[in-house]
Amino acid sequence: MDAPVAELAFPKCVRLESKPHLFCPGCGHPEVLKAFGYAVDALEIQRKVAFGVDIGCSLLAYDFFNIDTIETHHGRTVPVMCGVKRGNPDAVAVAYVGDGGAYAIGMGSLLNAAIRDEKIFVIVVHNGVYAMTGGQEAPTTLPGTVTATTPYGADNHFVKGPDMIRHVNPTAWVARGITTRQLGLRDLMREGLQHVMDGKGFAFLEVLSPCTLNWGTIERPDKTFEILEGKLAKTFKLGHF
Amino acid sequence: MPEKQFMMGNEVLARAARAAGATAMYGYPITPGSEILLWWAKEAGSEQGKKDDMVFVQAEDEIGASFMLLGSVMAGRRSFTVTAGPGNVLMQDAFSMCEAMRIPVVAYINQRGGPSTSTVIYSQSEVWLTAYGGNGNGYRIVYSTATLQELYDYGIKVFNIAWKYRFPTFLLSDGYQAKMMGEVELYDPHARGIEMVPTERYLLEEKRDRPIDEVVPKPEVHIRVQDGVEYSCYRNCLNLEEETLQVNLEIKGAWDIMAPEIEEHETYGDPDAKVLVIAHGIVSQSAKAAIDATGGKARLFRPITLNPFPKKALLEAVRGAETVILAESAINQLARIVRDALYETPGPRMIEHFRPSIGIYPEEIAELIKNA
Ligand SMILES: Cc1ncc(C[n+]2csc(CCOP(=O)(O)OP(=O)(O)O)c2C)c(N)n1
Ligand SMILES: [Mg+2]
Repeated sequence: MDAPVAELAFPKCVRLESKPHLFCPGCGHPEVLKAFGYAVDALEIQRKVAFGVDIGCSLLAYDFFNIDTIETHHGRTVPVMCGVKRGNPDAVAVAYVGDGGAYAIGMGSLLNAAIRDEKIFVIVVHNGVYAMTGGQEAPTTLPGTVTATTPYGADNHFVKGPDMIRHVNPTAWVARGITTRQLGLRDLMREGLQHVMDGKGFAFLEVLSPCTLNWGTIERPDKTFEILEGKLAKTFKLGHF
Repeated sequence: MPEKQFMMGNEVLARAARAAGATAMYGYPITPGSEILLWWAKEAGSEQGKKDDMVFVQAEDEIGASFMLLGSVMAGRRSFTVTAGPGNVLMQDAFSMCEAMRIPVVAYINQRGGPSTSTVIYSQSEVWLTAYGGNGNGYRIVYSTATLQELYDYGIKVFNIAWKYRFPTFLLSDGYQAKMMGEVELYDPHARGIEMVPTERYLLEEKRDRPIDEVVPKPEVHIRVQDGVEYSCYRNCLNLEEETLQVNLEIKGAWDIMAPEIEEHETYGDPDAKVLVIAHGIVSQSAKAAIDATGGKARLFRPITLNPFPKKALLEAVRGAETVILAESAINQLARIVRDALYETPGPRMIEHFRPSIGIYPEEIAELIKNA
């Protein structure tokens, strides 16, 4: 095999000119994007996808792929992609959003897109913090966690996105994955994409994903793994909902 | 044949968008604009509406409505929204992105009382918000209408201006125009020789008339070709001050070329009259009545485009005037724009008639003309 290493290491739809990517070492975003890229390759829909990225670390993916991409405003990617889909029903509209963008500033839009059963695929990267802005509390932050804005520990309540979406939309495709299980994540991505391609309605995938910088584990992959699999995956159920 | 019909302003606007070939509306109910949503909801679900692939979405709020509108326009569909007051405030989030990325959204703004929730009735206090809202530099096109007929004429025109020049474009009306009923001549724009400017997809376009980075500022769009297919990636989050400077200069460059082509105004009355009334929108109608009632003592200058402002025409109009009466249903919104345009011009005495969020009667203006 004489293909360049890059072509073997990335999905075909990845934009090689923009690599190395801009994410921190150990960040989960590239894992999520990679799984998404392989699903796009498998379904052969590179030219059909309209990819919306939020403001948050997701913005760093605005030219991650050779896929038509629009970077929106913080929390506004879901309504933008609803509009893209309504405007062009042939588009496979995908919103790629952080957990702050999805569950805090964009919560009203997200919930109502689910209630309206918009035919879009929403991917939420759940890292438990506002990573881009320096590790403030997110609606997913677990009780007692010290973050930049919870110096005495976060309060007792947090959101479980997939349960919430299922509650308002009984027919949506809803799942949660995790970056430590790449192959399973690719399958979920493919299912979510297929759901919207078949015109079945709203598809929602939350992915548990590390922020090594704000978790303080950038030099400790073992600790990153421990938090993801030992803590988050135990609190936030994986699989289909 | 053009038909004359008796109808409410909001229905005129709803029909204007339809006549312009818009096929999508995204909105959130608010007085005095809701009737447009109702009309589109009904039309979109009708047999003809389905045939024409019409879209109507009642959004979760004005933020959702305006960002859906933005997405729909990026998908290449002629689309619009309608809002007022607090809804106009919320839409500034999306409008500033449209301003940054040259996305030709269209919104009908039916001004209501302000500030805050205020009255659901009427004002002219959304001039600044509409023209200069957001965190940019006010590169939005604003037409201020004065009559029901203009709601129809400009209700069509704004779509063409938006798509020709690729700036967010607003029809600024008010609760009186929106809710009043009267006779209007409806027509098919094609029958009048008005050709609708074709739309284009920002995302997933097969073939473009000109490269997209000649429209969207260059630092905001990164185009790559793979296997003969062109992929466009857009961003509005920039890394460098220099990139932001370039974005702003490119937007300004396009605006400066456009502005003289689209600036519009109206004058009324004896051009030698020494008293000049400056008013826009429906207040200009009161001014006309006052001018008629005072027997040629005064004349009118009415900006139709509030942005870009017809500065040259204004300078011409103030020449020979000894007194200017500036009447608006707001405090110092139009007046500040006028003063800015008159800067460096030895201006005549200015009488301010500011009546925020309340109608202005011809008698009030006539009184001012008599005493001028
Ligand atoms: C309207 C608005 N408010 C605040 C911000 C600042 N801001 C940028 S990213 C961000 C949080 C991102 O967190 P999340 O959505 O969880 O994404 P992550 O960076 O963790 O992937 C905030 C608050 C903004 N860009 N726009
Ligand atoms: Mg986050």
